Amino acid sequence: MRFPSIHPEFMLEPIIDEGSGRDAIGLGQVVSPGLDARHGTVLTLEDINVSFDGFKAINGLNLYIGVGELRCIIGPNGAGKTTMMDVITGKTRPTSGKAWFGDTLDLTRMSEVQIAQAGIGRKFQKPTVFEALTVFENLELAQKTDKSVWACLGARLSGEQRTRIDEVLATIRLEPSRNRPAGLLSHGQKQFLEIGMLLMQDPQLLLLDEPVAGMTDAETEFTAELFKSLAGKHSLMVVEHDMGFVGSIADHVTVLHQGSVLAEGSLAQVQADDRVIEVYLGR
Amino acid sequence: MNQPLLVTATQKAGPKLSLAIGAVVLLVLVALPLLSLLPDGHALQVSAYTLTLVGKILCYAIVALALDLVWGYAGLLSLGHGLFFALGGYAMGMYLMREAAGDGLPAFMSFLSWSELPWYWAGTQHFAWAMCLVVLAPGLLALVFGYFAFRSRIKGVYFSIMTQALTFAGMLLFFRNETGFGGNNGFTNFRTLLGFDITAQGTRAVLFLLTVALLVASLYLGWRLARSKFGRVLTALRDAENRLMFCGYDPRGFKLFIWVLSAVLCGLAGALYVPQVGIINPSEMSPTNSIEAAVWVALGGRGTLIGPLLGAGLVNGMKSWFTVAFPEFWLFFLGALFILVTLYLPKGVVGLLKKRGEQ
Repeated sequence: MRFPSIHPEFMLEPIIDEGSGRDAIGLGQVVSPGLDARHGTVLTLEDINVSFDGFKAINGLNLYIGVGELRCIIGPNGAGKTTMMDVITGKTRPTSGKAWFGDTLDLTRMSEVQIAQAGIGRKFQKPTVFEALTVFENLELAQKTDKSVWACLGARLSGEQRTRIDEVLATIRLEPSRNRPAGLLSHGQKQFLEIGMLLMQDPQLLLLDEPVAGMTDAETEFTAELFKSLAGKHSLMVVEHDMGFVGSIADHVTVLHQGSVLAEGSLAQVQADDRVIEVYLGR
Repeated sequence: MNQPLLVTATQKAGPKLSLAIGAVVLLVLVALPLLSLLPDGHALQVSAYTLTLVGKILCYAIVALALDLVWGYAGLLSLGHGLFFALGGYAMGMYLMREAAGDGLPAFMSFLSWSELPWYWAGTQHFAWAMCLVVLAPGLLALVFGYFAFRSRIKGVYFSIMTQALTFAGMLLFFRNETGFGGNNGFTNFRTLLGFDITAQGTRAVLFLLTVALLVASLYLGWRLARSKFGRVLTALRDAENRLMFCGYDPRGFKLFIWVLSAVLCGLAGALYVPQVGIINPSEMSPTNSIEAAVWVALGGRGTLIGPLLGAGLVNGMKSWFTVAFPEFWLFFLGALFILVTLYLPKGVVGLLKKRGEQ
């Protein structure tokens, strides 16, 4: 009983250009090695506009993230940081503008699932893990593999996959809790678990929304080390309010204000910028 | 009624004992139809009434299990599973009516002075095609409904309301004489099934055994699914659908698969219910029936596989006693039970027993 209509490929959004959407990402399955980023940018946002009922959440935004770069995004509340992540991950469609992943994938035409499969991972502001499952199972589900219904019905972990999960468990220091339900973890541990799940996905680009919120100082320091070690292999985009943390990881900082880029440069440069001071401190 | 005690003991003694108890229950269920074959007046003879009652409850238990798969695991509360159950039942009923009518038209059609069978009755005189319909009618309806509902990302209470509306619409449709399914009387007066007398003890015993087999098979299937990666994806879907999508899973395919599977299980249960009980009519599609099924699952314990079976057994056991002793109070009691379970037993009887066992 093989109903063709159950297969997710059939159920993906039908509005996909040839060569940009599904074809380019290999029939909705694992692709990443083939991401075409010859021009050195993993993410290109050009003249993005998003408005909700007349309110312009994002206004002519231009942003380029290089391959292997670790970029921090800062900005006051309501600057459009989360909306920008929603645009990149397909949760919100921009009213106008271009969003490219690598040189060939048009993010504005892909579904959330396709974007995730193409290699963009996202950590939410509020840590979101599968609370009823154990830490190990959370990582297992996130692992980069065939994620169709049929594959999941018969899936068994290979030795290699187990090793990978163990590695990530060690990296995020949750080895002692591997068989605990994720719902019983502390806030900081959940943050780490979610980061671990991103690592299991092995994405090209990681979007991290306030990753150190609710972490202790030691945990924050450890996260900074972790992110620095990831940069190079992956591209990271970190939204964070904690300036100390930003200073410890970022080589490049973008300041958003009222839905567009206000300043870009090293942390010292943007902190010296008069407009940034004005936005953050008021007149 | 002694099952909860057994389960308490089970929790204390671990999996070996629970397997042993499962085996004993299974043995009793297999022995019941055999004992019913004993000659009348024998001390151990099980009456046809008892056998039918237990068989009926077993069919309900399969529905409870099917509902638990979608509600307990995938978090989709269906208040319309009675519809799938009834569709399976009607498909079986069509065959039984044709069998009873021989070469002529089923009796209710003659009353309406119809001269020929509606097109959708074609082929129903063949048992094999009727069995296909048992699977296809609920399966295709669930597939189409689920495809659109999940594509539009309908969830939570909106999904429940839509399923409730669906079964209500089905009931109204089947109530009409023009629909060609016997109107409010439905199908009854069955005579034979594959040539065997449907009221004979032997036929009843075989149908009962088939029901037990289907229940065991469904339980095994549910257990395998719950233990597979597929089952973990469903649990993840229930708790954090967004996270799952950003992990690269398309929730729609997973929901649709379990939804259709659940509907088909209900259809099969309905097909076994009809020849045992001897009647099928549109009241099986009434919204209260589907809500009652949700009470079984909630009482037994969502997401526990065994819980819904217990719940279906308990509620229906109580029902058959209550409706004899205090017929007018049954619905009040059922409502009160649902409220109490929701307030004080969020994980149902099984959850309570587990807690006791851990203390």
